Amino acid sequence: MSFMGINWFKYSSPQAFYPLVGSMIPWFAAAAIVLIGVGLYIGFFVAPTDFQQGEAYRIIFVHVPAAWMSMFLYVVMAAWAGLGLGLNARPSFMMAQAIAPTGAMFTFLALLTGAMWGKPTWGAWWVWDARLTSELILLFQYLGVMLLRASIDDLRRADRASAVFALVGVVNVPIIYFSVRWWNTLHQGASVSMTAAPTMAVTMLTAMLLMTLGFWMYSIAVTLARMRCVIVERERQPSWGKNSSMQEVAEARSCNGGV
Amino acid sequence: MQWGSLTEFLAMGGYGLYVWTSFGATALCLMWEALAVWRRHTAAVAGNRDLS
Repeated sequence: MSFMGINWFKYSSPQAFYPLVGSMIPWFAAAAIVLIGVGLYIGFFVAPTDFQQGEAYRIIFVHVPAAWMSMFLYVVMAAWAGLGLGLNARPSFMMAQAIAPTGAMFTFLALLTGAMWGKPTWGAWWVWDARLTSELILLFQYLGVMLLRASIDDLRRADRASAVFALVGVVNVPIIYFSVRWWNTLHQGASVSMTAAPTMAVTMLTAMLLMTLGFWMYSIAVTLARMRCVIVERERQPSWGKNSSMQEVAEARSCNGGV
Repeated sequence: MQWGSLTEFLAMGGYGLYVWTSFGATALCLMWEALAVWRRHTAAVAGNRDLS
């Protein structure tokens, strides 16, 4: 496959992917810092006070982006896992492996900030309502994927087992998303949706979307960085990190018998 | 801008505890994760260097 004069398939091999990604991470990290910085500024200094919830609503600027990322990252992780199963491709499994901890962290943050928002507005830290419960199950799914991988010594079996687990769990994502519509929940409905105009002030929406984009850039940066860790850990050979040629790497790999 | 003073900003209309816990926890988690990944990479590269 050649497009714009570049052989893109080259980057599906960890040897070529590793240095390319290394040079991309600082850009994503910088974008994340700028977007989150501007988002926080608008969220705290430009967006007005909510007429119903007072200042407590400002939790939305971390709660909603974290919750979106938790669901989105799960789908991305499962997609890589599925691609890995379909093509038997090592880098796809590595990508799924690199995404899981970040997804789990955002799920945890969505639950925690949700509790912080629930206490002043509902009077309870936690209720067993459909949205909250299904999001809690998502956290267990992330932990399950990670623990299943960690519990199997054979890397290829660990890859496949956790990929199947991740794929089956995708069914929970639409359940979380539509839970506020399918069941009577204490959790409020969507403020932003694909089909209707947002039911919030423009400045609030801007801040929330900027924070979401920032979290997105953060996730890309940190996932790619973890992907580099996974590559080095899994493909142990002396030549990583040096500016060695592809030829040298290939030789080193064949000497090791190819892991 | 709706904040008259720093105290007012920190109080968040009485919801300071909830708002700042949320933002603080998020900031801590994100920074901790970035640091953990960075340290993991350093350790992985160092462990690999011992191979040669």
